[in-house]
Amino acid sequence: MGGPGPFQDKPSLRVEGLSLSRGGRVLFEGLSFSASTGAYIEVRGPNGAGKTSLLRALAGFLKPRAGKIVYDNVAEPPLAIHFIGHANALKREASVRTHLRYWSGLFGVTGSADSIDDVGFGLIERADLPVRALSQGQARRLALMRLRIAPRPIWLLDEPAAALDADGKEMLGDLIESHRLHGGIVIAAVHEPLGPTPAQTITVGA
Amino acid sequence: MSAFIATFRRDLALMWGAAGGAVAPLGFFLGATVLVPLAMGPERALLQSAGPPLVWIAAALAVLVTLERLFQADLEDGSLDQMLLSSAPLEVLVLAKGAALWIAIGLPLAIAGAPAAIALQAPPERALLVAASLALGMAAFIGVGLVGAAVTAGVKRGGVVIALIVLPFFAPPIIFGSALASGQDVGAALLILAGCALGACALGPIAAAAALRVQSE
Amino acid sequence: MLTALANPARFMSYSAWAAPLCLFAALGLFAIGLPWALFLSPADYQQGETVRIMYLHVPAAWWSLGIYVFMGAASVIGLVWRHALADVAARAAAPIGATYAGICLATGSLWGAPTWGTWWEWDGRLTSMLVLFIVYLGYIALWNAVEEEEKAARLAAILCLAGLINIPIVHFSVDWWSTLHQPASILRAEGPSIHPSMLGPLFIMAGAFFLLFAALTMMNMRAAIYRRRIEAARLRGANA
Repeated sequence: MGGPGPFQDKPSLRVEGLSLSRGGRVLFEGLSFSASTGAYIEVRGPNGAGKTSLLRALAGFLKPRAGKIVYDNVAEPPLAIHFIGHANALKREASVRTHLRYWSGLFGVTGSADSIDDVGFGLIERADLPVRALSQGQARRLALMRLRIAPRPIWLLDEPAAALDADGKEMLGDLIESHRLHGGIVIAAVHEPLGPTPAQTITVGA
Repeated sequence: MSAFIATFRRDLALMWGAAGGAVAPLGFFLGATVLVPLAMGPERALLQSAGPPLVWIAAALAVLVTLERLFQADLEDGSLDQMLLSSAPLEVLVLAKGAALWIAIGLPLAIAGAPAAIALQAPPERALLVAASLALGMAAFIGVGLVGAAVTAGVKRGGVVIALIVLPFFAPPIIFGSALASGQDVGAALLILAGCALGACALGPIAAAAALRVQSE
Repeated sequence: MLTALANPARFMSYSAWAAPLCLFAALGLFAIGLPWALFLSPADYQQGETVRIMYLHVPAAWWSLGIYVFMGAASVIGLVWRHALADVAARAAAPIGATYAGICLATGSLWGAPTWGTWWEWDGRLTSMLVLFIVYLGYIALWNAVEEEEKAARLAAILCLAGLINIPIVHFSVDWWSTLHQPASILRAEGPSIHPSMLGPLFIMAGAFFLLFAALTMMNMRAAIYRRRIEAARLRGANA
């Protein structure tokens, strides 16, 4: 299975006056920005400032205190989004291959099991190993494979390069670049640059 | 549909593989059954009348024990987030998890109900009735158990809280299921128990999904 | 009117006088109702003096259920409109509902003891009330178990509504169960047939129980709101 196909409909995102709170504490207020097709946006800020919460709100998990998040030209938001969080969403006893098969089913992707091997990311030799036999970096790569299994325009990445080695970071950078060229939108919370030049940088928190 | 099947298969594999499958709940069930004559004395008539209801209670407690972990892992390792982004609604995926639990643990417990009933001096036909009633009962228990597991998913050592929350929901299936297993008013009991199971499987996933969305904030 | 009630600051200002008012009114009604019930109303021709305990038992039963319905309504409002005051109200009412259920159980036991010869009987209505008591305990336990208060509020609301659907089912099931096993039931569905002269003290007691619930719930809510304000001030101080 190759990379994501071109997103013909030119997806875009508008955030207006967003205010988020967690555990009774207001994280930030009045955040506004927009992203159009092909944009790569970096979200920066100190720990605890609300970067993760912002991504979770964009993913639809967290309801905002105030403000709007509007996606244009995409299918229903849950179907248009990939979310790579801090946790990899992996089950330690299941193998790499079963994860890929599960995600294919979960995201409604049609395609034979053989095509799964093309997803790659340097884990083909370990396809039948359980996750507990992988290193942190390999587990992270496996999580990132979700991005290639189902073509979805919006990518929300929370510190995606965590635990990745130089090779992994390069692969990630290429992945983001190619997604942008196909018209997708990538929003990543990072502490250091991932490689591709961001169209904008959003800073959250003081 | 593919999301339902994918979730069902994965959960089934995880329950059978890692957690040792139904061994722990079955062991608990066996232990509880052994305690009955130890507590009540081996007198035949007494065991015979008390047997089927006590098998029901032991089975209810055994499935209760499995509910605690049902959503906890998914919440902690980020799998719940992915389920929220699935092509299928969360309610459907929760139903898939419940179905997997029924096959992996509910049915084995139901089947184990037959020898347990016989051990408690029930005649063979009665033993079969116990097992069949438990199969339905497990569906009812799991349906409502989904809600209890979902609201307590983030709670450390939530086992006691789950039990407290879920007991009032277990009461109707226990009432009708025990009556059915004891052969009392079988027609009505069967019908109503089936209704409980159906209602629990229809409404439980809806409430559980709502609670899981709250959990993932 | 609801939106007026809904503002926490407004609630604090009117509950400052409304809560004590309800409390005094409740004490007043108890002052009228208890002597009437215990001394002035007629004894039952079958049960004699013990029927007087009905004047505690029946209002407690009514309101233990009524309070749960109130919590259900507050839960819906909290879930749909995300109103913090609704969540506070539901949580504040729960211990009172649980206590009333407890009173109903205790008085039911006392009522039946002389006639049954035992301290407890698995009578249909008492059994249903016991399940309701456990439902209350589960609700309160959930609020205490979940760490984040906003999450606890919404999870408890979902639980409350699920319980609301379950309660009639439990009632029906226990009814069916009690006819199946046919215990001797002294406490018939309506209790002993209620003579008109019994209605007066009964309604006074019911009113007293209600006003007491209103007073205590408002007081609990005020305490909760004060606690939240202190918490918020502490957080602001920590971040400043």
